[in-house]
Amino acid sequence: MIEFINVSKWYGSHRVLHDVNGRVERGEVVVICGPSGSGKSTLIRTVNRLESINNGQIIVGETDVNDRKKSVNRLRSGIGFVFQQFNLFPHLSAKDNVALAPITVRGLKKGEAYDRALELLDKVGLKSKADAFPGQLSGGQQQRVAIARALAMNPPVMLFDEPTSALDPEMVGEVLQVMKQLASDGMTMICVTHEMGFARDVANRVWFIADGEVLESTTPSEFFATPRHPRAQKFVADIRAH
Amino acid sequence: MNLHSLAVLADPNVQLLFLRGTLTTLELFFASAIAAYALGALLVVIRMSGWLPSAAVGAFVEYHRNVPSIVQIFVWYFGVPQILPQSWHTYANAHLSAFFFAVVALSLNAAAYISEDLRSGIRAVPTGQMEAARALGMSYLKAMRWVVVSQAVRGAAPALVNQALGLLKTTSLALAIGVKELMYVARQLDGETYATFPSYLTPTLIYLACTLTLMAIGSRVQQSTRFTR
Repeated sequence: MIEFINVSKWYGSHRVLHDVNGRVERGEVVVICGPSGSGKSTLIRTVNRLESINNGQIIVGETDVNDRKKSVNRLRSGIGFVFQQFNLFPHLSAKDNVALAPITVRGLKKGEAYDRALELLDKVGLKSKADAFPGQLSGGQQQRVAIARALAMNPPVMLFDEPTSALDPEMVGEVLQVMKQLASDGMTMICVTHEMGFARDVANRVWFIADGEVLESTTPSEFFATPRHPRAQKFVADIRAH
Repeated sequence: MNLHSLAVLADPNVQLLFLRGTLTTLELFFASAIAAYALGALLVVIRMSGWLPSAAVGAFVEYHRNVPSIVQIFVWYFGVPQILPQSWHTYANAHLSAFFFAVVALSLNAAAYISEDLRSGIRAVPTGQMEAARALGMSYLKAMRWVVVSQAVRGAAPALVNQALGLLKTTSLALAIGVKELMYVARQLDGETYATFPSYLTPTLIYLACTLTLMAIGSRVQQSTRFTR
């Protein structure tokens, strides 16, 4: 479904991604974790070409992400992306946020788009907030609207870039709950997250990344029980300490 | 207080004079405002798209910001026709009025300010907004249209209303090239009747009525499009 082949990226002379290889199968949930500044966010952002790469190849479905002949808009409309800072459109109500792209990109009829928007808001538990503006919602609610917004394009793949890192602790659970539901519905997901509980419960695989290199790609139970790479051992030990 | 000079305002001819002057002022204002907002938006597009070197637009903006408006009006009315080819010059003298040149000068001047207000409005929209729109598959233009510009205009609205107020007041400078607008007729009345106080009290009240109306419309529009961040 998603494949990274020798993906490298430099900022000037600084190498942020270092020969990344990996596959995410259809219906799989992959959690990417690692110390901050390790390139996790950069990596997930290369999947819908929010970041370019200097070397290698990324395939999503049948499409080469960096093929300049393919429409980047079409590619992106098939990949849901959830940001750390939500990035909801503050001038639009929750349901307008969700319906905007289906109307303007897919050319959906308004009635149809709003029906679908309400359905999705219901799915994330926010049907009653359909007319609220982002500024009137809590962080957790905003992030759930953002997930509904991404789902509105019916993407076969969802990417989450630290979706709970900007949230107050008491709101993390409601967002993770929605993500768990998605996973159990069979969505293909890549999540950059520090929520190790989520990784343990939901992920099929954990990729541990440090200094732009994937040092470990394994099942969550193995990753937490017997991390092999010293950096991964230290990372797991640091998490345990909390 | 000696208020008997106010009696001049009861004269229907005087009332007609002020009515005509007011209409000319409003014509100047609306013609210039429409041109200015359109051109202001176009300047932002030119600057952001890189069709022209951004220094060219920058020079345009700086000229209009740093040269007194009355000089700009004189340059257009007295200066520019002279450097045109003879045939154009003759055409301009025959067909283009002071009103026309006043609108050109006023609208170019206001457009420079408006483009700066719009540009800073666009810059004030966080980059995450464009990114989120593009991540949904919207093209650059769609993202600008539906996400960035619609927020930028709301953010820039107070400044844009200010430009409208400024433009309305600046139309009074057109009297200097003989456009028979509100201040022109006021001076005319003063010269003919020596009723100086009512001659200038009247335009004061008329300008105030117009600007207060503009402000009311502006805050009405802002309220109906308000959103909470």
